[in-house]
Amino acid sequence: MDFGLSEEQRLLAQTLGRYLEVSISPARVREIAASDEGHDAVTWRGAAELGMAGILVPEEYGGIGLGMLDAVVAAEAFGYHCAPVPFLSASMASVALAHGGSEEQKRVWLPRIARGDAGLGVAVGGHVSRREGAGIRARRRRLHGKALFAIDSTAAAGFLVATDDARVALVSRDAPGLSIEPLHTIDATRRFSELQLESVPVDGWLEGHEGLVDLLIDAGRVVLAADMLGASQRAFDLAVAYAGERKQFDRVIGSFQAVKHLCAEMAAELEPARSLLWYAAHAFDAVPEEASLVAAHAKAHLSEVGRFVVRTATEVHGGIGFTEECDAQLFFKRVGVARSLLGTPEQVRERAGVIQGWVAA
Amino acid sequence: MDLSYGPEYEAFRQEVRKFLAEHAELARGGGMGMGMGPPSDRAREWQQLLIERGYAARTIPREYGGYGGEPDLLKRVILDEEFARAGASPGVRGQGPDMLVPTLLEHGTEEQKRTWIGPTIRGEVVWCQGYSEPGSGSDLASLQTRAREEGADFLIDGQKIWTSSAHFADMMFCLVRTEPDAPKHAGISYVLIPMDTSGIEVSPLRTMTGGAEFNQVFLSGVRVPQANVVGRRGEGWKIANTTLKHERNMLGSSGQLEASLQRLVRLMERETEDGVRAIDNPIYRDRLLQLQARVLAARYHSMRLLTCNLRGDSAGVAGLVVKLTGCELSHQIAALALDVMGELGSLYRGSRHLRDGGAWQFQHMFSLGLIIGGGTAQIQKNIISERGLGMPREPKPKTELG
Repeated sequence: MDFGLSEEQRLLAQTLGRYLEVSISPARVREIAASDEGHDAVTWRGAAELGMAGILVPEEYGGIGLGMLDAVVAAEAFGYHCAPVPFLSASMASVALAHGGSEEQKRVWLPRIARGDAGLGVAVGGHVSRREGAGIRARRRRLHGKALFAIDSTAAAGFLVATDDARVALVSRDAPGLSIEPLHTIDATRRFSELQLESVPVDGWLEGHEGLVDLLIDAGRVVLAADMLGASQRAFDLAVAYAGERKQFDRVIGSFQAVKHLCAEMAAELEPARSLLWYAAHAFDAVPEEASLVAAHAKAHLSEVGRFVVRTATEVHGGIGFTEECDAQLFFKRVGVARSLLGTPEQVRERAGVIQGWVAA
Repeated sequence: MDLSYGPEYEAFRQEVRKFLAEHAELARGGGMGMGMGPPSDRAREWQQLLIERGYAARTIPREYGGYGGEPDLLKRVILDEEFARAGASPGVRGQGPDMLVPTLLEHGTEEQKRTWIGPTIRGEVVWCQGYSEPGSGSDLASLQTRAREEGADFLIDGQKIWTSSAHFADMMFCLVRTEPDAPKHAGISYVLIPMDTSGIEVSPLRTMTGGAEFNQVFLSGVRVPQANVVGRRGEGWKIANTTLKHERNMLGSSGQLEASLQRLVRLMERETEDGVRAIDNPIYRDRLLQLQARVLAARYHSMRLLTCNLRGDSAGVAGLVVKLTGCELSHQIAALALDVMGELGSLYRGSRHLRDGGAWQFQHMFSLGLIIGGGTAQIQKNIISERGLGMPREPKPKTELG
C-alpha cells in the first residue's frame, strides 16, 4: 500500500521546477505573452531535453515512456511557472497517437513531439460543447465545418481534429481549405485558434482505439487539472509570502486572523484536491473502469478549487493584487481559461453523472 | 503508487473477514450505544474476544491486559475497513480506551497502569473527559477548576462542560488548576477522579438535536488523593497535549463520509417530486456531484496521509486540514439531503412522512456541533496557518492570566 509520489517523481518535480525557475521567470512570461506566437520555444526545447515533452511518448518512439502520474507532476510544475509551452497538446497528442495511431503516424509524430519540435494542436472541444455553429463533418476524406478553441494552435505543425461522429483526424497546418484565426483569451500564456475547414483533406485517421476521443479528453482533463493545481499553488504561495511581509497597523498582515484564515482555507482546499488528482492520474493508467469518472471529477473540482484560490490569493494581496505588476494575476488568468477548457465544471460533472447512470437518457 | 496491500495483509484481511462472519451475531450485538450507557455484558464479551484475537487493544502490552502486538498501521486500517463493511461493532471504544489509556502508557506510574488499563480496555471501567469549562472553550488553558491541598489529598471545586458519558462514567480524567501562582499553562495537573466521590453532580446538557449527548459536571469539595495525578503536578497541559497525537481521526478516515454519501444517493434515487426523482433534477444532481468530488478527495487524501505515516514522512499542512474539511463535508451532505426532501426535510422524530428516522436532520445539527467541538473551525484555521504554513501568531494580549 503506497499512495503517493515515488522518489523518482519527487526528483522529477524538483528538477523540472529548478529548470523552470531559471528559464521562465515571471518577467519572461510577460514577454512571451506579449509576443505574437505566445510560445517559449527555448524553454520548451530545454524541457524536451529533460524528457518532459515526450514524457508520455513510448521509448521506442524517442520518449521516456512514463505514466500519467509523472505527466501530472510535470503539468503541475508548468502551471506553477505559468509556462507558455504546449505541454497540454503534447500530452493529449501522445496519448492519442500511442493508443490510436498507425505505426506510420507514430513514427512521424511521436519523435517530433518528444524532441519539442512543432507538434500537434488539438481541436476536440466540439465533442464537449458546441457554440457558434461549431462542428466538423467528414465526407470522403475531407473535413468541413469549424472548431473553436484549438489548443496550442500557434506553434503546431498540424492538428488532431475530432469529428461530429467522434473520430479523430490528422490535418496538416498548411492543408488547403484550412484557415486558422487566433482567439484572444485573458491568458496569453496559452494560445487558441478557431479552425475553419472547407473541404480540408485528412492526412490520416487515428483508428486504432475505440472511444479515442473520450480517452483523449480524459487525458486532457487530468493534465489541465494538474496545471490548475500548479497555478493555484503558486498564487497561494505568493499570497502567504506577501502576508508575511506586508505591514499595516504596525503588524504584518499575516498575523491578522482575517488574513490567516483565508490562507488556511486555501490550503484546506488545495491539499485534498491534490490527492484526488493523484488518484485520477493513477486510474488513467491502472484502473480503466474508473478513469473517466475520476478524470471528470478532478477537472471539475480543480476548476472550483482553482477559482477560489486564485481570487482569494489576489484578495490577500490587497490593492496590489489588482495590478498588472503583481504576479498573482498571471495565475488568476491561467486558471480562468483552464476552468472552461474541455468542459466547464457543470458540463464535466454532468458527464460524471452520465457515467454513473444518474442521468435519465 | 501501489494500492494493493500485498499477500500478507490480504491474508490478514481474509482472516478478519472469516472471524466476523463466524461471529456475526455477537458482532452486531456487541455495540456500545453512542454515549447512551455503559457497555452491555454482550459488548464486554465481544471485546474480550477481540482482545484475544488482537483486533482490539492490539498494541497494549500483555501485562496490562492487552494483546501485546507490534504497532501495524495497515492492520489497523484493514480492521477498521472490515468491521465497517460487516457492520460489526468495533468493541469497547470511547475516551477511556482511546485517550486515557495511551496517556497512561506514556506518563502513568506502574501502579496507575496496572490499576486502570486492563479494566478500561475490557469495558469494566468507563471514563469521561473533564477538559472544557463554561469559561474555557477555545482558550482551554484558562480553566478555573481548582484544587486545594489538604494533607495527602486535593479538594477540587469547579465546573466542567461537554463531558459526554459523564452520567454513567465510573471515572473522569480531568484538568485541574493545582498551582495557582504558576503561569497559565504551567499550573494545571491531570487528575483521575472517581465519579462516585461525594461533591460531584452531573446534569444533562440538552443540545439542539433534542438529545442530551453531553453533560455538565459540578465539582464542590471533591476529595481526591494527590497520588491520582498523572505525570508531575503542573504538567497536565503538556500531558493532555501529548494525548492529542493519539487521536485516531488524525489519519482522516473517510469511511463515514463515503457511507453518508451512499445514503444520500439512495435517498435521491427514492425521493420524488411530481414523479421526478431528486437525482433526475439537474440542480440537485449537480450539488450531489460536487459533494461526491469532495468525498473522493477525502478518500484519497486519507490514503495519502496513511502512506506518509507508513513511510515515516511528515504530511505537513496536508495532515492538518482533515478535521476542518471532514466535519464541513458531513454537514453539507446532510444539508443537501434536507433540501432534496423539500418541506418533508423539516420533519423530525415522531412525525408522519419522516424519512430515515430523522437521521438527516440529526446529522445536519450534530455535524455542526462537531464543526465547533474539539477545536472550532476557526481554531483549526489558526492551527493550519500557524503550524502548517508558518504564519505569525496573533500577538499575545499584554495581561496574562495568573
